[in-house]
Amino acid sequence: MASDAEHIVKSFENELNRLRTKIAEMGGMVELQVVNACEAVVNRNAEAATAAVSADPAVDAAEREMEQFVIRLLALRQPVAGDLRRIVSALKITGDLERIGDYAANVAKRSVVLQQFSLPFTLSGLAHMGELVQENLKSIIDAVGESNTEKALEVWRSDERIDAIYNALFRELITYMMEDPRNITPCTHLLFIAKNLERIGDHATNIAETLYYSVTGEPLTSARPKGDTSAYAVVRPGRE
Amino acid sequence: MSATNQAESGQATPITMAAMTPTSQAVANEPRIAIKNLDFYYGTHKALKGINLNLADKQVTGMIGPSGCGKSTLLRVLNRMYDLYPGQRAEGEAMLDGQNIIAPGLDLNRLRSKIGMVFQKPTPFPMSIYNNIAFGVKLHEKLTKSQMDERVEWSLTRAALWGEVKDRLNAPAGGMSGGQQQRLCIARTIAVRPEVILFDEPTSALDPISTLKIEELIDELKSEFTIAIVTHNMQQAARCADQVAFFYLGELVEVGSATQMFTAPREKRTQEYITGRFG
Amino acid sequence: MSATTTTSLSMQKSTKIAESLSKRRARINLIAKALCFLATGIAVVLLLAILGTLLYLGGSGIHWSVFTNITKPPGSGGGLLNAIVGSLIQTVLGVLIGTPVGLLVGTFLAEYARTSWLGNVVRFVSDVLLSAPSILIGLFIYQLLVAPFGGFSGIAGVAALAVIVIPIVVRTTEDMLTLIPTALREAAVALGAPKWKAIVLICYRAALNGIATGVLLAIARVAGETAPLLFTSLGNLNWSTALNEPMSSLPVTIYQYAGSPFEDWVQLAWVGALLITFGVLFINILARVVLRQRG
Repeated sequence: MASDAEHIVKSFENELNRLRTKIAEMGGMVELQVVNACEAVVNRNAEAATAAVSADPAVDAAEREMEQFVIRLLALRQPVAGDLRRIVSALKITGDLERIGDYAANVAKRSVVLQQFSLPFTLSGLAHMGELVQENLKSIIDAVGESNTEKALEVWRSDERIDAIYNALFRELITYMMEDPRNITPCTHLLFIAKNLERIGDHATNIAETLYYSVTGEPLTSARPKGDTSAYAVVRPGRE
Repeated sequence: MSATNQAESGQATPITMAAMTPTSQAVANEPRIAIKNLDFYYGTHKALKGINLNLADKQVTGMIGPSGCGKSTLLRVLNRMYDLYPGQRAEGEAMLDGQNIIAPGLDLNRLRSKIGMVFQKPTPFPMSIYNNIAFGVKLHEKLTKSQMDERVEWSLTRAALWGEVKDRLNAPAGGMSGGQQQRLCIARTIAVRPEVILFDEPTSALDPISTLKIEELIDELKSEFTIAIVTHNMQQAARCADQVAFFYLGELVEVGSATQMFTAPREKRTQEYITGRFG
Repeated sequence: MSATTTTSLSMQKSTKIAESLSKRRARINLIAKALCFLATGIAVVLLLAILGTLLYLGGSGIHWSVFTNITKPPGSGGGLLNAIVGSLIQTVLGVLIGTPVGLLVGTFLAEYARTSWLGNVVRFVSDVLLSAPSILIGLFIYQLLVAPFGGFSGIAGVAALAVIVIPIVVRTTEDMLTLIPTALREAAVALGAPKWKAIVLICYRAALNGIATGVLLAIARVAGETAPLLFTSLGNLNWSTALNEPMSSLPVTIYQYAGSPFEDWVQLAWVGALLITFGVLFINILARVVLRQRG
């Protein structure tokens, strides 16, 4: 539950607001990284790739800064109840955001390599996946800023779609690799890129779970619908 | 019978203790004191309104709330301390061992031997350490000298004071430090072998280290006694209590396990008081 | 003028004012101190003068005969034995009777009637009695115990002294018991002690020093009372320890002897005064020593 009243100690109230601002800033940076990374892959945009990679150190620094800030708040303020949940959640969320940034940078780096190859197939599936991931990420970062549990639940449920696309992509890419050995290198990179995007989606749902607990005090207990079956997927030639 | 035997004989498998314990409550024990619809009046002013609270057996119940919310008043109802002052009266039920504490005609001295109280300011009697402890015991029991010696040693040991005073039992009690005096008061209270011990802000007059020693003591005592502690220091309630009750303006707003109250309280007023947004 | 110079001027002015104020305060402090010392000096000088006179005029008359002979006509080598014994008897009995009464009344006021109207009335009456002229008390007892029985008696003297003792003990007992923190009483009650036990075993013990001081004050006061004894036990020039007969006492004997034209009687009067003074002093010192050990 959100606290409408202000804390009696003004400086503590200001620090809690700073938490929110820092997360919003970091969320913005990471969102841009993901947009640039997808742009780099789908439209072969070298500038976008550079932008995504070069933004990463700042994101890492922001996460370390947040860690220090949280530890200081815990030591000096002895927060309890809603404040405690908020502060610990801030730490977890920035951790997730930092991983998202790393994945985005990774995608951008691979996109540069991909540009050396001409692909006989379109990347429409991957582009669609990228759009969904960006949508979820934007949605959850907004939800964190608004402490909106409904948006969080939507993001939490919609990860299944992203997992479904990933499964399809997985089979598709393996098929291409089986068809033509020259496709193996680019398809492997594309596999990793797809996996990274799927992981970004997972981290977005982590953030949703953390936000839900922070606001309501109840964990999202039911097992998250996991749609990623690629671990057991087998593609036999001649099928599909 | 083992589970397999029972299964073979067609009976249901035995229910485990873990399954029976309601997970939403911290307490699986019977309430030692059950308070129902308790009202309290200072003259015409109603200081406690319809309190329903169970003090779980051999557990620590912490009572928190802003000044004047009635938590100390409730404590003093439980050992009928208000009887000393005309114009103060209580209505309702507070059941201990099947008897209503509030009922008129109750033997108050016996009640107070079952429910002891430790006050905010350490109050050593103007006598030797030994006699301080013997005073309470002599009120209720006839012990030989050696039995009394044993009882004194037992009480002082349980109060973590024996080592510091065993060589000067006949020294006046007033010569000890504040923390020691308060532990003496605790020893004095447990010497009477009560069932319940009530602590009314026991450490607010003490330095931080003495405070921690007494909190440790309370933790050890709860294996034998049911404990209720009123404190205006929320961190103390968080550290000491198994169950926490939050009072505001004479009403019991919320009660729950310490973990639940301090991580995810249900009531907005509780959340606001605990996090320091009012009070 | 610029802002800085005006502020520095005003600062200089305020420092000057502060300095002169501080000097004035120092001067007043000095004057007050001097007055205190002066007053103390006067008091000490007076006290020493009295004691000195007593010692000088009375000391020269101290002799075994003072303690072994009873009062006799002037010139026949009398002493003060009957007076000393009579004073002792009347003082001790008076205190023995008055103290328990005073103690109980004081306890009632402090423990049971702090705010009730009855308590207020009793308190008021006790305070009035405390400052009542002792001669009035003597007259009252005269009406009660002397006139109806047609004779002065030691018991009447005892009664008069007891009546003087009571309000003193009431006041001290009440004051000392009120000083005891409520928490101490509650702690005793919380252990299961009935109220009277809490009072007797805890409160009396805690207030013991104070109450004892009150009793001592009472002894010191009645040891030297003359006026009430004049109307009750009158004084007796013969040896007598019977309570239903007039009894001798030091203050009365001093009164009789001091105004007389006989030198040896005047000498004995001074000796009597010395005995009373140093007797009371001795009791005070003894009590302080004993109580300090207990405390």
